[in-house]
Amino acid sequence: MDAILLQIINGLDKGSAYALIALGLTLIFGTLGVVNFAHGALFMLGAFCAVTFSKILSISQVVIDPTRTDFLGNPLKVNTPYVEVWFGDFGTALLDWSVPLSILMAIPVMILIGIIMERGLIKHFYNRPHADQILVTFGLAIVIQEIVKAFFGANPIPQAAPDAFIGSLDLGVMVGFAENAIIYPYWRLIYFAFSALIIAGVFAFLRFTTFGMVVRAGMADRETVGLLGINIDRRFTIMFGVAAAVAGLAGVMYTPINPPNYHMGMDFLVLSFVVVVVGGMGSLPGAVLAGFLLGVLESLASMPEIKNLFGAIGLPAIDQIIIYLVAVIVLLVRPRGLLGKAGMMEE
Amino acid sequence: MAKHNDKLVLLIFSIIVLLAPLLLAPTGAAYPDLMQRFAIYGIFAIGFNILFGLTGYLSFGHAAFLGVGSYSAVWMFKLLSMNIIPGLILAVAMAGLFSLLIGYVSLRRSGIYFSILTLAFAQMSYNLAYSVLTPLTNGETGLQLRLDDPRILDAAPVEGVLPSTNLFGLEMREVFWNPTFMGYELQFNYGFYVSAFFLILSFYIAIRIFRSPFGMMLRAIKTNQTRLNYTGISSRPYTLAAFVISGMFAGLAGGLLATMDPLAGAERMQWTVGGEVVLMVVLGGMGTLTGPVLGAVFIKYFENIFSKINAVVLHGWFSFMPTWLENFIVMIIYPFVGKGWHLTLGALFMLVVIFLPGGLVDGAKRIGGLFRRKTKQEA
Amino acid sequence: MGILEVSNVNKHFGGLHALNNVDLNVEQGSVHAIIGPNGAGKSTFLNCLIGKLKPDTGSVLFEGEAVLGKKPHQINQLGIARVFQTPEIFAELTVMENVMIPCYAHRDGAFKINAFARVSRDSEIRIQAETVLEDMGMKEKISQHAGSLSRGDKRRLEMAMCLVQEPKLLLLDEPTAGMARADTNNTIDLLKHISESRGITMVIIEHDMHVVFSLATTISVLAQGAIIAEDLPENIKTHPKVREAYLGEAEV
Repeated sequence: MDAILLQIINGLDKGSAYALIALGLTLIFGTLGVVNFAHGALFMLGAFCAVTFSKILSISQVVIDPTRTDFLGNPLKVNTPYVEVWFGDFGTALLDWSVPLSILMAIPVMILIGIIMERGLIKHFYNRPHADQILVTFGLAIVIQEIVKAFFGANPIPQAAPDAFIGSLDLGVMVGFAENAIIYPYWRLIYFAFSALIIAGVFAFLRFTTFGMVVRAGMADRETVGLLGINIDRRFTIMFGVAAAVAGLAGVMYTPINPPNYHMGMDFLVLSFVVVVVGGMGSLPGAVLAGFLLGVLESLASMPEIKNLFGAIGLPAIDQIIIYLVAVIVLLVRPRGLLGKAGMMEE
Repeated sequence: MAKHNDKLVLLIFSIIVLLAPLLLAPTGAAYPDLMQRFAIYGIFAIGFNILFGLTGYLSFGHAAFLGVGSYSAVWMFKLLSMNIIPGLILAVAMAGLFSLLIGYVSLRRSGIYFSILTLAFAQMSYNLAYSVLTPLTNGETGLQLRLDDPRILDAAPVEGVLPSTNLFGLEMREVFWNPTFMGYELQFNYGFYVSAFFLILSFYIAIRIFRSPFGMMLRAIKTNQTRLNYTGISSRPYTLAAFVISGMFAGLAGGLLATMDPLAGAERMQWTVGGEVVLMVVLGGMGTLTGPVLGAVFIKYFENIFSKINAVVLHGWFSFMPTWLENFIVMIIYPFVGKGWHLTLGALFMLVVIFLPGGLVDGAKRIGGLFRRKTKQEA
Repeated sequence: MGILEVSNVNKHFGGLHALNNVDLNVEQGSVHAIIGPNGAGKSTFLNCLIGKLKPDTGSVLFEGEAVLGKKPHQINQLGIARVFQTPEIFAELTVMENVMIPCYAHRDGAFKINAFARVSRDSEIRIQAETVLEDMGMKEKISQHAGSLSRGDKRRLEMAMCLVQEPKLLLLDEPTAGMARADTNNTIDLLKHISESRGITMVIIEHDMHVVFSLATTISVLAQGAIIAEDLPENIKTHPKVREAYLGEAEV
């Protein structure tokens, strides 16, 4: 029982990432009707916003300390980040909190990138076949990925969570299991909570603001809303920015869990597509539901008991393929996905 | 209807392919290994074009068939004989079977769903090859030849030496003629000519399919599937046939890759490899005959030659300039060459998709057209 | 016995009773028009005939064979061809290829792998296609891309694609919708020519009374999902139920 619970919780953080990326993909698809293969790249760009932010913060003043020497006997150069020099302890705290703080930078940057992408490239593809949209965004993904590689190199760049969140929470004890039965790293908990917050935020934004209402109406029937004299195009552009920001934030907060590298976007891309399709093309709740569902399923399938069970019927590595298997089955049995509308994108 | 001069095209194509060791010499690409890759990926792209170029169904999963081809061929080398014929036969057959299975399922859906299904299948095959199927694929290490493989048709090998792939005794990697021509050392080897033979054969098959009623139906699927169905044609078996044919081409390419180097690894099945063949076909010109081969050569040339350009080479190129200008230009170009070749490729690909949906072949045609118009005006 | 027999077809969309016990009998060689006010269920009815929609109850027999549940290509292979409201053609192919495809479908069936046959050497298909195109007055446009044709020519081409299959029944869904008067008259002449020279049975769904009364040999009137009248054109105008259904519509 506790093992299952542990796996379910373990699946939540990956599920959160899936859900956030899929949410953004669906926003873009639902509003603009574009299949964005560059969405994984946006996730990756978000992660590198965090990297950049911490690099900026740790720009250092170099002081030669004559009282000390390094192991070669030369005077020791001491690097002190300027923020520490200027702000003292507060500066140290800033450095420690660089990942969450980089959200402040990531939001405007990602929205800007999203809007530039939409205005500069994607809007020219609304009237072209879906295959062309896939191709051009696929090309864009390669370009973005290579630019990041040129700047940051090919190796993963680890980012630390704030000290306060390093370590694990013993969830099991709190609900009456044995000690250490269900332990969960603090940061993953934060990630889950953060994702839930963003998802709730996006839904609230769409439901309770006039802007969101117009966008939702536009998703349902673009032409009519356009006829009402509302400039739906501009709102959709902004939604592209929002979707980029959602993917970017997912990337920022993911950095302490997995050190970011330039191809993390492509790795997540396939899975997020699978998530979107399972949830139902164009359905926002579907994307979120499927994201968490598949994250948890993947995690459950990696349990030894489950693996043995499937091993008995000839599929020992079920955890490796479960997501794809589910996707194939869903697409064949219920083509429109869990919560999707029928007939979407069939041409 | 426009008259196609297919015989002439085939003839010119064959001559260019057969003379490749000579023609490519000035480009620095005329070494057997690379030329063989040109031919093999050319076959892969020709096959893929029959599906994507004609029907418009965009598959991201064809790397799986390439991988299946390689694994099958290596198994034949291990069990039966180092002669490449059984290996290639099994490669094509297995890839055909595999694509029949995946195609049958994926083609129940169309459009973006089809693309995502093939993506899911490719990634699933890749993961399977890494994990569950280790007895067949040897997991992460990859499937390799071993000294104690049975090879029941072959004579006992030389003690302690791994045998090499051959065609009835002609060793694939053997260079049979090594003349010097105009200062270039040329290498003619068997491996390239085996691949070249299959490339020309594939090209011929592609021409026949393009000009057949079957090919016409495939193009009709791309332009208006609804009309086709109301015209009394059942489009799904046609698409499936195209899918299987392209899968078999991919299997052949995978088998040929194994004849170059009898080793098969799961990384050959990753969806990004399938993405590469998409790049080749689109870059060269989807739906055209020569475009896919051109795209394949282009990308493989980039990967192997362009990627070798480093700062030293660049400085060499621009050394005639004043130093500051030289440094400046090298600084501008450097991110795009050498290790940055992917960036150039990606950017070029985007440019082609945006401005030149017909690919490089279309671009060449347009330039040719401009030129002709000009001469006409002058005359 | 008619060539097409529709009996007792019902179709509901949620609470809407779109088709209510529709019976229809189309005689061999006739031009049977189905008219009705907007929202009467004409399109729904047609979609049921061609297998796009599945009615809740009822049967559709074509030459005694059940049509319902068959796929579009199977229905076509029975000998039913269809002309769409907006011409559906293969825009990226040439006019000749557009006509050759239905030729092949007619001769070789729904699926045949003839990957090694040469289109250019199949004189039988070529001659058939050329004959029909000539008949339609499109001979000089043979190597044009279909997408570049004028709307009227697209309609002609679509008609040629249907005729080359020598169908027993031609279904036309508002063939003159959105056309200028001159084009409409041309289309009427074209259809008359086809009906008279080839004797193909037609079922035509139409809004434009001018078209209907120029062509039809029999008219059925559909109102609120039910057939309220079926008669010769000259009697339909005076039919009391029809007058009631069309009350306020000037043309009848």
